[in-house]
Amino acid sequence: MQNDRVVGVSVPRKEGRDKVTGQAQYVDDMTLPGMFYGAAVRSQIPRGQIRKITFGPGIAWDEFVIVSAKDIPGKNCIALIADDQPCLAHEAVNHPEEPILLLAHSDRHLLPKAVAAVSIEYEPLPTVFTVEESEGQSEIIWGTDNTFKTYLMEKGDVDGVWEKADYIVEGEYRTGAQEQLYIENNGMVAAFDPQTGVTVWGSLQCPYYVHKALMALCNLPADKVRVVQMETGGAFGGKEEYPSMIAAHAVLLAIKSGRPVKIIYDRMEDMAATTKRHPSRTRHRTAVSKDGKILGGEIEFTIDGGAYTTLSPVVLSRGTIHAGGAYYWPCVRVSAKAVATNAPPHGAFRGFGAPQSLFALERHMDRIAQVVGLSPVEIRRRNFLKPGQTTTTEQIVRDPIDLNRLLDRALELSDYPAKRELFAKQNSAGPSRKGMGIAAFLHGAGFTGSGERNLSSVVGVEGCADGRVRVLVSSTEFGQGTKTVLCQIAAETLGLPYDDVEIAQADTNQVPNSGPTVASRTVMVVGKLVQSAALGIRQTLAGAGLLGESYSPEEFRAACWKQVSARGPFLSWARYEAPSDVFWDDEKYRGEAYAAFAWAVYVAEVTVDLTTYSASVDDFVALQEVGKVLHPVLARGQIAGGIAQGIGYTLYEKVVWQNGRMENGQMTNYTMPTSSDLPPIRVFFEELGNAHGAFGAKGIGELPMDGPAPAIVNAVEDALKVRFDSIPLLPEDIFEALTSVKGARVREPQPVGGVR
Amino acid sequence: MTESVERGVPSKLSLMELSFTVNGERRTVRVYPMARLLDTLRQQLGLTGAKEGCGEGECGSCSVLMDGALVNSCLVPILQAKDANIVTIEGLAADGKLDNLQEAFLQCGGAQCGICTPGMILAASHLLHKKPEPTLEEIREGLSGNLCRCTGYTQIFEAVAEAARRRSIATP
Repeated sequence: MQNDRVVGVSVPRKEGRDKVTGQAQYVDDMTLPGMFYGAAVRSQIPRGQIRKITFGPGIAWDEFVIVSAKDIPGKNCIALIADDQPCLAHEAVNHPEEPILLLAHSDRHLLPKAVAAVSIEYEPLPTVFTVEESEGQSEIIWGTDNTFKTYLMEKGDVDGVWEKADYIVEGEYRTGAQEQLYIENNGMVAAFDPQTGVTVWGSLQCPYYVHKALMALCNLPADKVRVVQMETGGAFGGKEEYPSMIAAHAVLLAIKSGRPVKIIYDRMEDMAATTKRHPSRTRHRTAVSKDGKILGGEIEFTIDGGAYTTLSPVVLSRGTIHAGGAYYWPCVRVSAKAVATNAPPHGAFRGFGAPQSLFALERHMDRIAQVVGLSPVEIRRRNFLKPGQTTTTEQIVRDPIDLNRLLDRALELSDYPAKRELFAKQNSAGPSRKGMGIAAFLHGAGFTGSGERNLSSVVGVEGCADGRVRVLVSSTEFGQGTKTVLCQIAAETLGLPYDDVEIAQADTNQVPNSGPTVASRTVMVVGKLVQSAALGIRQTLAGAGLLGESYSPEEFRAACWKQVSARGPFLSWARYEAPSDVFWDDEKYRGEAYAAFAWAVYVAEVTVDLTTYSASVDDFVALQEVGKVLHPVLARGQIAGGIAQGIGYTLYEKVVWQNGRMENGQMTNYTMPTSSDLPPIRVFFEELGNAHGAFGAKGIGELPMDGPAPAIVNAVEDALKVRFDSIPLLPEDIFEALTSVKGARVREPQPVGGVR
Repeated sequence: MTESVERGVPSKLSLMELSFTVNGERRTVRVYPMARLLDTLRQQLGLTGAKEGCGEGECGSCSVLMDGALVNSCLVPILQAKDANIVTIEGLAADGKLDNLQEAFLQCGGAQCGICTPGMILAASHLLHKKPEPTLEEIREGLSGNLCRCTGYTQIFEAVAEAARRRSIATP
């Protein structure tokens, strides 16, 4: 066996060469003979009954394939958690941009005119656009109470805590929607063959989600539906659930036309019609002792789910569990709900509810610090979770994590104490103000609670006749490095060079269901399964007497060849088994919420320009404990990229809503950070390891989305001494606060009722 | 109703023939005059390395070099490309050997999902042509017309600096 390690080394990306040479095949790069192009006719109103559809003049309608809800062979829904979202609206629409009809033609340039020539008459119904309107229930737009899901999580005796409190600190915090803004728009190609069934090729995260949705839609058995992932140009959660909708549309057009059909969204359609991060409102009421200890509290967490259920219950769950953050709460009550509005459904986006509730908590910690008269550093020190203590779900912290040490190191790396002192002196004059802000937090890796048990993921590893090893997973690559890291894990387990291991294309005809590529679960959970399956290969070869305890790559190849020659295809499978110490009570929302948590302390340094009122980040230090880092370059890239998205979430990216429709659906008016907007993002790791992850890895992908918003807004408050409790925080918001008499000066006496 | 109806197979009369050089090779295409350079490259010439991200010149993922200038090919009518010398990402790796920018992007983690990468590498190539030893500030400015949603740009900056270093060693 070779001594060179593969894990922990920054080996080249498996698909890297194709990406830098332009050879990588994304869905829009694909063409099939006789292919048609498809488009959707969408609702122009937020809610109403469909009365009449007219195909207007000037279009050769006989050349178009037209599909309506009546053409659906199976169930008219996008099967996911609930079956409430139609594939095509039939009698009523519940949000703007809801698909109603589909058109296909051989000339893609004729589609926009044809879509515009379809006019639909509606009988409008009353609408609901905000969380408050939805809660008011003056109009019921979903179910019996406009509520997709509620959770009530209780630890200890919250009702008894208030009388013990020296201070009761209240706050309300809000976050806006955010567009994932992958640079590759959504797209699918579908083909139908009466013998073999339907096949789709697309830009997507979760092949088996699409597979499930198409089976229900087409009323086809599993073996008649094939889903193939093409190279995917960014996803961030935005290609978790909506690709099922686009695949469904392409498939319906392909079945009716008898041709392959390609649907590629343009940017405006992608922005207006597909999912975004859930807007949120979080209310805190916290009992605190005079020395700054949290005694207990109540947290109300509410998210706007849009018009249909989609993934809102799960997003809500993660937000709920993360609402108490990295602190010890002797008692706490978290009441959470996801409510319906007449906007396109909000959905998965990196962090998945946690960035919302953690923004609130980390802002609230600074508020508590002010009330008690402690520094933001000290209030955190006094409340950090310690090993052996329990989280809000009463999960015992088993990591030997020392958050104070993490905080110390982050303060040192960012030069926080000296800078804060310096800025305090300089801020009395001049054209700008500077500030420092901290966020300390945790992020759970893998599916929540019993989620991984229910998924019961399977992976395969194949030993090929030529001695190469192939990893078989439905886990997808969309920038994070899935292919690379899973191959590293297999290579390391088998003691083979990295180049001897490859990974199959995520094609449901070829690979087992290793679960969706979401929830920071791929390296930790799927990676561990790859390790087990690879070990199975080794054990089989050893058991057959073909391989010794130690061996060279050449000996491994020879053994594989002998095995395949004698017995045919040589595959090893591994299925997820829940660790014995992971228990979860879905009813009480109590127990081991996650198999592992990553921990982090982020520090932001900001400048607010008093002429333009814009805030910018000058320096960003991100220190995290993520278990073992399996690929340093990829890991750093994940963190830096997540922080960039977090900076956009905080200071640049605002979805402008008009009657439930995104009005700024272009890159010119929805602005993400450019290379000249971002500070140096300095990334540092601590590596404690993790018993549940492959080679000690934890999840990493979502963590960096949680910290930037609170760290930056805390820094803006430090600079201006003005409180901001919602994001995005744009120059106009800062202008408003600084020039309005209503601007709440944080150092001034607190209003009665806010603080006792 | 006498309104004219646009058919799927438009009149061949509106098509025109024009030639330009792509990656060192003279090519002739039959196109509509206002066809976008991006579509011509991708659909007629099969050069799918240039990507469409926004269709309005904002994201830069369709960037190509036209007579040495960095252009958004989604904004260039094909007429404007007549007789031009165009370089796409496919023209950068000569005889299968990666350009040192491509090598550096691989090494430094400059490519994640890869969709902005062709345009980003061409923008970087354009930058290094103008400024062989750019400062970090010049790299940041030079690439600010190309959006990347994955990396936070840091590793792209490192890749460009690394490529510049390799070039300065190769041509002392």
